[in-house]
Amino acid sequence: MKYEITYDKRVDGRKFDQLRPIEAKVGIIPRADGSAFFKDGNTWAYAAVYGPRRLFPRSMQNPSKGILRCRYNMMPFSGMGDRVRPGPSRRAKEISMVTEKALAPVLDLDEFPNSVIDVFIELAQTDAGTRCAGINAAALALADAGLKMKDIPAAIAVGKVNNQYVVDLCYPEEAYEGIVVDMPVAMLPRTKEITLLQMDGQFEKEDLKKLLEIVKKPIDKIHEIQVKALKDKFKGVKADSEVVE
Amino acid sequence: MNLIKQDIVHALKKGIRFDSRKPFEFRDLKVEVGKVKTAEGFAHVKLGETEVLAGVKLSVDKPFPDTPDEGVLSVNSDLSPLASPDFEVGPPSIKAIELARVVDRGIRESHAVDVKALCIEPKEKVWVVNVDIAPLNDDGNLIDASGIAAILALKNAVFPEYDGEVVNYKKHTTKKLPVSKVPIPVTVFKFADMLLVDPTAEEESFIDARLTATSIEGGIITALQKGGESPITVDEANRMVELSIEKAEEIRKKIKKFL
Repeated sequence: MKYEITYDKRVDGRKFDQLRPIEAKVGIIPRADGSAFFKDGNTWAYAAVYGPRRLFPRSMQNPSKGILRCRYNMMPFSGMGDRVRPGPSRRAKEISMVTEKALAPVLDLDEFPNSVIDVFIELAQTDAGTRCAGINAAALALADAGLKMKDIPAAIAVGKVNNQYVVDLCYPEEAYEGIVVDMPVAMLPRTKEITLLQMDGQFEKEDLKKLLEIVKKPIDKIHEIQVKALKDKFKGVKADSEVVE
Repeated sequence: MNLIKQDIVHALKKGIRFDSRKPFEFRDLKVEVGKVKTAEGFAHVKLGETEVLAGVKLSVDKPFPDTPDEGVLSVNSDLSPLASPDFEVGPPSIKAIELARVVDRGIRESHAVDVKALCIEPKEKVWVVNVDIAPLNDDGNLIDASGIAAILALKNAVFPEYDGEVVNYKKHTTKKLPVSKVPIPVTVFKFADMLLVDPTAEEESFIDARLTATSIEGGIITALQKGGESPITVDEANRMVELSIEKAEEIRKKIKKFL
């Protein structure tokens, strides 16, 4: 596909492969078993993990393995336009489902028969990239809850604005006049296995190949930030006793 | 009596609490306003470990037929299961409904928001003000924390651009929402025969009764709500309201620079 129009400068002045300013923090919700805050530019995601705990109603219990249940929700004042009506929309339900699929592969759910691990994701402010920010926060919250994990999933959107490949699209880019491709990806940073892949727009298979290559660097960067956030929680915490030989 | 409750009562008799506060002492109050740009007004309140977000969204709609020249104010709350193991997914619980209605009454009856000034065109167009309360962590005393967050978010709110047809949420004007008073709800809790304020979630789970009084400047009460299983005496009710007014004044002083 060839377009006359080009996209030579990003609307917010970032480099094409540059992420927005990211902040991550774990352990922010004391009542939860694990929690985290992940901020990507003006997109703010809070995540809390409760469990593993008994699953109700009983008829939903699976005696051979536990389930991971995610709930993605936008706070009523978090949208770019009108107030978001409370309660799950079709969009929120779909995002909740793909979030489950993005996170579950790193957990050993066989360990928790008849149980559920609940992950609640709340967006306080949004500027595109909410499902990725939600996944990044949720992955941190799961780790903070002390669950055994093979890896810490990381997610980011890559895409194309006119003829230009871009990383971490903001809302004005998603809504850009021209041909826009938005492709959220979640990966296990260690193996680069994909656990979430969606795409809106039009592109060719070469673009997919290219974008899946491009996404690796920002995934590693997010992984770095996640690991730092987890370590920061324990900064200044001293061990109870010293190991004696 | 439950053993923990016995311990709490025992300590209260000596005038102390598990976290070393005095019975009528609030936890540290921390406030941030305006951080969320998608909202027309926003406040983030921390009362100890209880944490609440409140956001204001403005829109233009038809007025109610019985108040054709008045804007609409509505306070809502959603107790996300993110904030506590006791909250569940689903339609608003009775706790969420009571919380929103108590905060709503305090603000509405104080006439803090000038609803007449929200009229654009009588019978046709008025501003609708939605205040949404979203707790992040429930460590007790949600009503007070939410009431503080709600009035701070209203005080922080500005109008978006409006050309008579559509609201442009991307552009906020500098025109402030007309909010003249500062109603603050303070709940006083009854514990056996003792009173205390600002309980933690642990303390709150053992209370016998509570009374929320919302008051504005000058000690005028604008809303009352009794809760809990046990009755309270007339004398207790009077003492509780008096204490509530006094504490509301203290809180108003603490948050002065955000008003």
